Amino acid sequence: MSPADLPTSTSQADAAASAALLRVRGLQKSFGSNRVLESVDLTVGRGRVLALIGPSGSGKTTILRCLNGLELPDGGTIEVAAAADTDRGRVGQAPGRGTNTAVPVNVDFTVKTTSKQRADLRDRSAMVFQHYNLFPHKTVLQNVIEGPVVVQRRPVAEVTAEALALLERVGLTDKQGSFPFELSGGQQQRVGIVRALALRPQLLLFDEPTSALDPELVGDVLRLIKELADEGWSMVIVTHELEFAREVAHEIAFVDGGTIVEHGEPKQLLRHPQQQRTRQFLHRLLNPF
Amino acid sequence: MIQPDWELFFGSFWPMVDGAVRGTIPLALTSFAIGLVLALVLALMRLSTKRWLSGIARGYISIVRGTPLLVQLFVIFYGLPSVGVLIDPWPSAIVAFSINVGGYAAEVIRAAILSVPKGQWEAAYMIGMSHRRALTRIILPQAARVSVPPLSNTFISLVKDTSLASLILVTDLFREAQQIASFSNEFMLIYLEAALIYWVICLVLSTGQGFLEKRLDRYVAR
Repeated sequence: MSPADLPTSTSQADAAASAALLRVRGLQKSFGSNRVLESVDLTVGRGRVLALIGPSGSGKTTILRCLNGLELPDGGTIEVAAAADTDRGRVGQAPGRGTNTAVPVNVDFTVKTTSKQRADLRDRSAMVFQHYNLFPHKTVLQNVIEGPVVVQRRPVAEVTAEALALLERVGLTDKQGSFPFELSGGQQQRVGIVRALALRPQLLLFDEPTSALDPELVGDVLRLIKELADEGWSMVIVTHELEFAREVAHEIAFVDGGTIVEHGEPKQLLRHPQQQRTRQFLHRLLNPF
Repeated sequence: MIQPDWELFFGSFWPMVDGAVRGTIPLALTSFAIGLVLALVLALMRLSTKRWLSGIARGYISIVRGTPLLVQLFVIFYGLPSVGVLIDPWPSAIVAFSINVGGYAAEVIRAAILSVPKGQWEAAYMIGMSHRRALTRIILPQAARVSVPPLSNTFISLVKDTSLASLILVTDLFREAQQIASFSNEFMLIYLEAALIYWVICLVLSTGQGFLEKRLDRYVAR
């Protein structure tokens, strides 16, 4: 039983500290007649990392995309708690943005949603894409500050200073004026991560962040994600890197056939999978030949 | 061997350039500017998920591309007065050419928008942009790069097509040429001279296209 399911008789402070940051219930999504998500339930606590693993086509990326509003679910609810001081990302309201993260957001997709609701939900998370999806016509720095300045309407000087600090942290200070095509894949993905961080989200979403990278560039990106996890960022990561998932995640969920087949602590799930499907998947992944 | 009448050649040069500067060039520029705005609207309508919007755009493009420009020009200038709409030569020409450019450029712009990877829309949405903002700040700048060569083609065609305006009494380069040719009887010399001036204008445009492409290509690997 997760802490979030406890009765809410505890004090406000306790509730805020123990309540889940993200709660997904009965999430459904079909593309035409193809049911991609049957019914997905998942919970991510504050400062926790959830890794989604599973075969391709299992729906794990679709889950992530629903969280950021890139897909509109057909049913189910997605709930994100109010921003708390313990959240790594944005606290309180982003001036001018029109969404208030000091209150929880709870979107029920079984009924028609408003664009305001969807914007509120999207505002809570930021996504790192498999293929980086940096804006090719903007420099590295412009890529990072575009959202905070243009969408969130924060002061340019403040955002720029923050962006430069983030770029320094990932070792790309000297690339701030470069265009994405001038960077290696690993560098582009680090800019992608910085772009997500600059949005000050409550929740970071990673969609197979190293799948498009050359093997020798994977390490840098994984190390950065691990650092962020250690700093207490709340994350959902879709990945094929089992070793990495074990390292970084507090919990792993195995997704197959549009549903979460089983979930648990990394060691438990990877070493002693309870379900036949999980066992088969892990077996195939660990013994490719 | 017929000796060219150089005196006539140089004497008619400036009247023709004058026709280009006061007729051909402003006509082409104005029609292209209006046509581009029209084309952008049509391209977005065509890409709309609303059936009736894309249907209207599709019909418009089909009619414009499926009928001769000269016929469009004549319908507006000679045809409309019979239903009580009298338009002067200049505005008639601008209306006809704008409508025409709108139809052709719409397909170019639509294709250019579609050429921008879907991931760019998603990244724009991810950072919180609305559809309109994603379009103006992320998609169109990238589509612009792709559409410069085909739009330059459209523009160069338009410059030459403006010669048709002489048939609805607009004083342009070609009308000057016609007038000089008919009183001097030097058809070969004068029309070749007119061709030369058109060619020079288009050369300048091609150079401009080169500069623009280079400028927009600075963020692309080669």
